[in-house]
Amino acid sequence: MKYNILKIFFLFFLITSKSFALVSVDITRGNLDPLPVAISNFYFDVNIDGNLKKTNIENKIPELIQNNLTRSGLFFALDKKSFIQKPEVAHNKPRFEDWSFIKAQVLVTGKISLEKDERLKVEFKLWDVVSATELSALAFYTTPDNWRRVGHLISDKIYERLTGEKGYFDTRIIYVAETGPKVNKKKRLAVMDQDGFGVKYLTLGNEIVLTPRFSPTNQLVTYMSYYKNLPRVYLLNIETGLQDLVGDFPGMTFAPRFSSDGKKIIMSFAQEGNSDIYTMDIKTRVVEKLTDHPSIDTSPSYSPDGTQIAFNSDRSGFQQIYIMKSDGTNVKRISFGDGLYGTPVWSPRGDLIAFTKLYRNKFYIGVMRSDGSGERLLTENYYQEAPSWAPNGRVLIFYRETASDTAGRGGGAKLLSIDLTGYNERLISTETDASDPSWSGLLSAK
Amino acid sequence: MLLSKLNKITLALVMTLFLGACATQQKVTVPSPSSGPTDDAYTGTETVKFLADGVPDRVFFATNKSDLTTAASATLAKQATYLKANPTLNVVLEGHADERGTREYNLALGERRATAAKNYLISNGIAANRIKVISYGKEKPANPASNALAWSQNRRAVTVKTN
Repeated sequence: MKYNILKIFFLFFLITSKSFALVSVDITRGNLDPLPVAISNFYFDVNIDGNLKKTNIENKIPELIQNNLTRSGLFFALDKKSFIQKPEVAHNKPRFEDWSFIKAQVLVTGKISLEKDERLKVEFKLWDVVSATELSALAFYTTPDNWRRVGHLISDKIYERLTGEKGYFDTRIIYVAETGPKVNKKKRLAVMDQDGFGVKYLTLGNEIVLTPRFSPTNQLVTYMSYYKNLPRVYLLNIETGLQDLVGDFPGMTFAPRFSSDGKKIIMSFAQEGNSDIYTMDIKTRVVEKLTDHPSIDTSPSYSPDGTQIAFNSDRSGFQQIYIMKSDGTNVKRISFGDGLYGTPVWSPRGDLIAFTKLYRNKFYIGVMRSDGSGERLLTENYYQEAPSWAPNGRVLIFYRETASDTAGRGGGAKLLSIDLTGYNERLISTETDASDPSWSGLLSAK
Repeated sequence: MLLSKLNKITLALVMTLFLGACATQQKVTVPSPSSGPTDDAYTGTETVKFLADGVPDRVFFATNKSDLTTAASATLAKQATYLKANPTLNVVLEGHADERGTREYNLALGERRATAAKNYLISNGIAANRIKVISYGKEKPANPASNALAWSQNRRAVTVKTN
C-alpha cells in the first residue's frame, strides 16, 4: 500500500522536474491517479443514547476525513452509494472482495461508543483491501462537541500510515478577514481550522491588522496592528486573549515572525526611511539588531535549525532574497532570476525557501533551495503573495487578489493552498475575503 | 519590473541590429530606458486635495522609488512656505504604495517615501518635531482601480494636518 503512494510521489517528481526552468509554470492539474479509498460511515455502539444519536457524528466524522483526504490531492474517495457492507460489519470484519469489487484499495471504518466517565470513544481502523490486512487501529477519547478535532486526528493518522509523511490536518490557520470597500477595508484577525471550519474573529476591526503569524510550537500569534494609529508588532495568546507590545521602538515595527523554537520574534523596524531587521527574545525581552544597511531589509524568516535567516532586501536596487547567519553576518544574495522577489519563508523541512515573485506584471508563488538553486514557480496570477508552509512542508497556503474595476469592485482576497509540486491548487472558502494566512504547527504535537 | 523592461529593450535592440543586418530597412522604435517605471510618477491633479489655496496636499512617486521628482519638490516647497506662515500647525506625512508589491515591502517603501517628503520640509526650515511620519503601505489606496493610472495616484506621500 505504501508502495502505491510512493509511486504517486515519484510520479510527482517526474512530472514537475520538467518545470525547473525559470518562469515556466506547469499549471496542469489533476492528471495523476489519486489512491481510491472507501471511507465507510462509522456506527454508534448500543450504549449511545438518543441525544448523541441526533448529532449524526457517525456520518459527519467520516465526511470530514473524506474532505481532508480528497483535498490533499493524493486520495480519491469512492461514492458511499456503492458500498455493499454495513458500517458495523465492515468495521469488525470486512469482506475484502466487496471492497475490491468497487476498486477500493484502502478502507476506513469506525465505531463510536460512550465511556463510563461520559467521554466519547472514537475507534477507527484502516484496512488494506488489496492484501486483505488491517493497517492500523486506534481509539481517541473526547467530548462530543470536539468531534471535528477527532476527525482531523484520524485523517492525520491515515495520511501518515499511507504516505510515510507527517499529516497536517490537525492544524489551524490564522488570517486577516477583510470586509468593506477597497479604499477603507475593515480588517479583523481571524483563526479557523485548516479546512475552513470553526472560524473565530479575534479583533473587532477598529484598527488595521496585518500579517499574523502562528508560533510553530504553541498558540501564540505575532501580528502587526495600527492600534491608536501606531503601527506596531504585537504578541497575542489566542487561548487567553492576552496581548503585549513587542519591544519599545520609536517607530513602525512590522513583518514579524517566530523563530522555529518559538522563543524569539524577528521583525523589521523602520526609522528615518530605513528598515532593518531586529529580534526580540520573548522571555527576556532583549532586543538585538541584525542588519544595518541603508536599504529596506524586511520579511525575515528563520531556518528551522535557527542558524540562518532568509530576508528581503532592495540593497541591489530592487527587491531580492538574501540569507545570512542568525547573528547577522555572512549576508548572501540567493535570488538571481528575472524579476523581483519577496516574502521568503523557510520550509519546516529546511531544504526549500518559498517566495513571491513579480515578473512582467504577474505574481508567482515559487520555491527555491536555500542556496538559490532549483527555482520552481508553482502558480501564476494577477496578484498573489505571502506563502506559508503546512507543518509537514508539503503544502503552501497563500492569498490571491484579482484585479478590480475602475470603481474598485471585485478584486477581493481569497485563500488558496497548493501542493509543493505545483499541483492541486485549492480554494479555501472563508465567510469573508481573506489575506495573510499563516499555518500553525500540529496541535497534537503540543 | 525594470529588469524585465530592460530585457525587453535589449531584445528590441538586438532585433533592430538583426533586422538591420537583413537590410530590410525596417525601423524599430526603441523606447528610451527613461520612459520605463523610473519616471512613471503621476503628474495630474485628480485625487489631489489642498492644505490651503494653491498648496497641494500630496506628492507622487515612480514605481519602487522614493526619490522626489521635480514636481514633488515644488509641491513640498509650497507646503514648507505654508507651514512657516502657520507656525502652530503640525502635520503627519502618510506614505503609501500601489497594490503591485508585497505587503511588507510596501510598508517599508511607504515609510521611505513619507520620510523623503519629511526631510524635504525639514531642509526647508520646518522643525522636525512638527512632522510625524506613518506608512500605510498599500492598505489605503486613493484610487481603488487596478490600472496604471490608479497605481500612479496611489504611490504617494500625503501631508495631513493634525491640529
